[in-house]
Amino acid sequence: MSDTSIRIDAGEAGFGDYFALLKPRVMSLVVFTALVGLVVAPVPVHPFIAFVSVLFIAVGGGASGALNMWYDADIDARMKRTRGRPVPSGRVTREEAFAIGIALSAMAVIMLGLAANFVAAGLLAFTIFFYVVIYTMWLKRWTPQNIVIGGAAGAFPPMIGWAAATGGIGLESVLMFLIIFMWTPPHFWALCLFMNDDYTRAGVPMLTVTHGRRTTRAHILVYALLLAPVAVGTAFTGIGGPLYLTVSLALNVIFVSGALKLWKRDEKAARADGYRAERRFFAFSLIYLFGHFLALLVEAALRHAGWGWI
Amino acid sequence: MGLAHEHDMHKRRFGRNLGVGLTLAAFVGIVFGMTVVKVKRGDEMRSYEKISPAEQGRRIVQ
Repeated sequence: MSDTSIRIDAGEAGFGDYFALLKPRVMSLVVFTALVGLVVAPVPVHPFIAFVSVLFIAVGGGASGALNMWYDADIDARMKRTRGRPVPSGRVTREEAFAIGIALSAMAVIMLGLAANFVAAGLLAFTIFFYVVIYTMWLKRWTPQNIVIGGAAGAFPPMIGWAAATGGIGLESVLMFLIIFMWTPPHFWALCLFMNDDYTRAGVPMLTVTHGRRTTRAHILVYALLLAPVAVGTAFTGIGGPLYLTVSLALNVIFVSGALKLWKRDEKAARADGYRAERRFFAFSLIYLFGHFLALLVEAALRHAGWGWI
Repeated sequence: MGLAHEHDMHKRRFGRNLGVGLTLAAFVGIVFGMTVVKVKRGDEMRSYEKISPAEQGRRIVQ
């Protein structure tokens, strides 16, 4: 049987399948946070250069997604959530995913370097390396702290956006990194609390599998408590302001009280109501992150109009 | 002359080719746009080796 006939049996890939390799949903978060990082920076950027920079940061993020799908095809095939992805479903071969990932990574890094500067390009290259090699190849299958490390990769985009504008790294960009970095574990572990079976089947060492749900609930609370001062503290830097402070205080009160509620619950209560609180906490965590970055964006607009901290 | 029966595979292939074509066209547009912006701003765009050694030194100091 020739290679061609195998692929026709599985349904030949359309353009959308190749686009799906780039994990468009993750990419939308990358676009948003990178854009915020770029816009809140104190250096004005030409709108077209800003557009191109954010585009190639997104392409770089997408390329690392394709490389992740190349390496993790075996895990993805065993999990309900990821079984329909282009590689495990057989529409795109692993080799194609690898080739697209590598080619787009190189292109994104070079183009970001040419459009903005090579500090931003270097950070993007490091992010791709970190996500693919450190997280996907090394730590994901080895330690239950995988989410904490993987979160760092997702936290880089605002720093890259900031670097694209300023050509460097600042306290503000590090704080934006920390907000996403500390937010990722409680966000993802809440998901694990009600999607546990998937990871058990795939043999990925999730905290819920290795240390149990009680420990996971405690970890969620600890991260939520550590995240709050970082998120609120950002209000007192150059990118913050009264509006951000108000939004951040409100979001953190809800987030910490939600984490406290999860910590107090036991499995019996959670199963009884179908993990309702866990699902709500997970959904709120998305609003939490979006709210913070949106507030930063509005603060930048207000500063631009001359209405910053008085 | 076209094929007698258009198979679903051909539709997918056309979609894929169209997608690749549009992506490449967009890429050309981006590179052109970047060039226009950089030329208008008067950015330094000579390659490094085309710059005199004295100027290279000045740039490093800056």
